[in-house]
Amino acid sequence: MARIIVVTSGKGGVGKTTSAAAISTGLALRGKKTVVIDFDVGLRNLDLIMGCERRVVYDLVNVIQGEAGLNQALIRDKRVENLFILPASQTRDKDALTQEGVAEILEKLKDEFDFIICDSPAGIERGAQLAMYFADEAIVVTNPEVSSVRDSDRILGLLASKTQRAERGGDPIKEHLLVTRYNPERVTTGDMLTLEDIREILSVHLLGLIPESEAVLRASNQGVPVTHDASSDAGQAYSDTVSRLLGEELPLRFHEVQRKGLLSRMFGGSRR
Amino acid sequence: MKLLEFLKRERKKSASVAKERLQIIVAHQRSQRGQPDYMPLLERELLEVIRRYVHVDDDAIQISLDSEDNCSVLELNVTLPKS
Repeated sequence: MARIIVVTSGKGGVGKTTSAAAISTGLALRGKKTVVIDFDVGLRNLDLIMGCERRVVYDLVNVIQGEAGLNQALIRDKRVENLFILPASQTRDKDALTQEGVAEILEKLKDEFDFIICDSPAGIERGAQLAMYFADEAIVVTNPEVSSVRDSDRILGLLASKTQRAERGGDPIKEHLLVTRYNPERVTTGDMLTLEDIREILSVHLLGLIPESEAVLRASNQGVPVTHDASSDAGQAYSDTVSRLLGEELPLRFHEVQRKGLLSRMFGGSRR
Repeated sequence: MKLLEFLKRERKKSASVAKERLQIIVAHQRSQRGQPDYMPLLERELLEVIRRYVHVDDDAIQISLDSEDNCSVLELNVTLPKS
């Protein structure tokens, strides 16, 4: 039985798709059969980040409307075994996504996969609500910045009220906080909210911390999820995040200013 | 003297300003959590009705909805100015 995890944030541009791609890749690399679904109907981007944009034939809406079978729409990842992508539609209107349709797809995927990762669109409209509705767990992606933290709090409110688990009154959705684009240097100078500040304000269990990193843009340029860049700070931080999702307990990394060695100081080593 | 004051004045770090602002806005958001969507409109319309008779400020009205076992209680507090 699969764990359904929504990657959400409220605010746009904080790293939802990057995180959904990196985490699902990390899970598949550990041998977990994983599918990542793009819920951003109209503005799909997960396919680009995963590097499979030219192999999209059918999408989520095609499957919901019965124009294609689920297996026709699922794209098998080229790099990792056990990883599949279900892209969002680019043209149809948002009403094409129905709760019944999504329920049916998830029901079919549940038996076959270990993890179903739902990449939510920004905002709190239909697409975002459907992405979270059936979730067992939520990863709330937050930047150390006021509007992102505020929107994350709004999303936490919705997770606690507008989801199937909330409506049925059983176990609530398990909430995880993922802080991204963290810059320890700016935290030290007092110009960025600290990790502790964010945890205190949102009071959610911390799943991981991803430092601001040049590796992320490099990864999206190439369409290779950053988890594959195992030598990069962001790649390692996502890998730690995946381990914690699988129940391992790991100490936090990359939250403090890295002391530079003599060589990198001489040659101006930048963040990897 | 002015210069000395200027030099002594420590600039408040922007991150601590951010934290204070967030704590206030998040507390406000949470107080509204779970209340029905019509509450803000109800509050505004009630204020309009009251204003037909008495002039009150925007923040003179407090409205809250508490759920008990079988029913919900709508509590309305209006502070009227001294006449």
